[in-house]
Amino acid sequence: MVEDRTMGGKLFSLVNYTLLSVIALLTVLPFIHVVAGSFTTSAEMAVKKFILIPTVWSFDAYKFIFSTPTIFRAMGVSTGVTVIGTLFSMLITALMAYGLSRRDLDGRRGIMFLVVFTMLFSGGLIPTFLVVKEMGMIDSYLALIIPSTISAFNLIILKNFFQNIPEGLEESAKIDGCSDFGILFRIVLPLSMPAIATLSLFYAVTYWNTYLSAILYLNESAKWPIQVLLRQIVVLASGLDYSSNLDSEVPPPDQTIKMAVIVVATLPILCVYPFLQKHFAKGAMLGSIKG
Amino acid sequence: MEQAAVQRKTAPAVGSLWSERKKRLWRNKWLYLMVLPGILYFIVFKYVPMAGLVIAFQNYKPHLGFTGSEWVGLEHFKRLFTEPDFLNILTNTLLLFGMNLLFYFPIPIILALMLNEVRITFFKRFFQTLVYLPHFMSWVIIVSISFVMLTMDGGILNELLAYFGFEKINFLLSPEWFRPTYIIQVIWREAGWGTIIYLAAIASVDPQLYEAARMDGAGRMRQVWHITLPAIRSVIIILLILKIGDVLELGFEHVYLLLNSMNREVAEIIDTYVYTAALRQGQFSYSTAIGFFKSFVGLLLVVFANKLAKRMGEEGVY
Repeated sequence: MVEDRTMGGKLFSLVNYTLLSVIALLTVLPFIHVVAGSFTTSAEMAVKKFILIPTVWSFDAYKFIFSTPTIFRAMGVSTGVTVIGTLFSMLITALMAYGLSRRDLDGRRGIMFLVVFTMLFSGGLIPTFLVVKEMGMIDSYLALIIPSTISAFNLIILKNFFQNIPEGLEESAKIDGCSDFGILFRIVLPLSMPAIATLSLFYAVTYWNTYLSAILYLNESAKWPIQVLLRQIVVLASGLDYSSNLDSEVPPPDQTIKMAVIVVATLPILCVYPFLQKHFAKGAMLGSIKG
Repeated sequence: MEQAAVQRKTAPAVGSLWSERKKRLWRNKWLYLMVLPGILYFIVFKYVPMAGLVIAFQNYKPHLGFTGSEWVGLEHFKRLFTEPDFLNILTNTLLLFGMNLLFYFPIPIILALMLNEVRITFFKRFFQTLVYLPHFMSWVIIVSISFVMLTMDGGILNELLAYFGFEKINFLLSPEWFRPTYIIQVIWREAGWGTIIYLAAIASVDPQLYEAARMDGAGRMRQVWHITLPAIRSVIIILLILKIGDVLELGFEHVYLLLNSMNREVAEIIDTYVYTAALRQGQFSYSTAIGFFKSFVGLLLVVFANKLAKRMGEEGVY
């Protein structure tokens, strides 16, 4: 473009790109630092202090944290909750979103209002806790899933997406004698895969990041998901992993150990992230947010 | 045609409207079945707790239940307002909120505007990939990474300070550093993700407007100021309204993770106070009253902000 060739335009671009690069760099440097630190020995950490690429490679930290079952257990809990929770949430959300997307459903607006209202006001910590308690879910893994079944935000996005599917398809299916469930599962869902995939990933990340529900509803430390364990080790600097390995008094875990736990807690998200990115690039979601 | 005209002129009897409705309801029975689990969820886990707010007006004891516990009316609310710590906690909450609005809120907008000026698609995509990432990390991860970097005991930031001859700073425990640490973490985590919605709004601006401005000799900065910004004004306002509604909702998990005995003075916000009062001290009714107060004020603020926006000619959130 013409303006880009002017001095002012070029300068503007230069400054822009530079600033953005710095920002991107600042955003990821902490991660890189942590990953690097986890792959070196604590001796190196003590000497080198700032590490972006380890000069001495070592799996010491990882060997250590995997030497007891604690972290495996926590990962298992988190994985189970994530997989089951995501499937369950996606199913219930899709069913409700589809029903609400049908224009001739009486009471649709009322239901939508009730849904949106929950985004503006809530009963709060204790009342919700009491409900969970009354349902007998305290100290059960169910408490990590059921109370978070539907995200109103995701529901609205999916509903809007369904609404944008051409009515003609539904009508011709109805003429062919297809039931509502049939239309949903055989026509609408296959067409909605980008939205379903993206929302599933949203749910999955939310479930993987479960923390508050766990500390509220779970009593046994054996049931802790990975995020709670992470906090124990890093923030509270208690050595959950230091079970019987050391004979003298238990020192707090050192930097490399903490970093290794962080990496383990973050890894699944990092693996799933490229798939998410693909969909944002498509901007598939963007149109539905406003509605 | 005559018959149709006659039928139109006659007001339909109430009975026939109802029978149409019945037919529709019956025809949609499966749709209602589909919607049912979701509705049950909202009722049980969102609306029943709202009804449970009633314990804010009681002296709730678990073994007595709702019906057995005595009524005390507004006693807990009165207590809240006369609690010496309350003013402090409220101030903390409002300050964090203010910082959020002032320091965090504009950043995604600015980033989106900057990003919009990027012509190299690869750069844009790469940048987005990097800055969206922190949003998907739990607060535990964000805080943990910060801890590891800020600790006095080998954390990279303090090591750098020492290297350059400065004194090490106790970022994690000292009250003065709580708020800066908090807001930087918020920006780090959410600024990138926040750009999505602004980028979408910016992208929907008619390119012809830019053309026209260029013909009139407007440079890039002016184009941004006069075309882009006004175009995304609605989005900004809606998000601002939602943010205000969030005001007292301030990210309990985040603050809870940063809270410790040393920075409690500045770090304790309404939500953490509720948590402590409830779970540590078993004061169910009192903490519910606080939570109720908070949610209610939040609701009022959203309604107010929404009205304000409508008066300014914008569409509201509802």
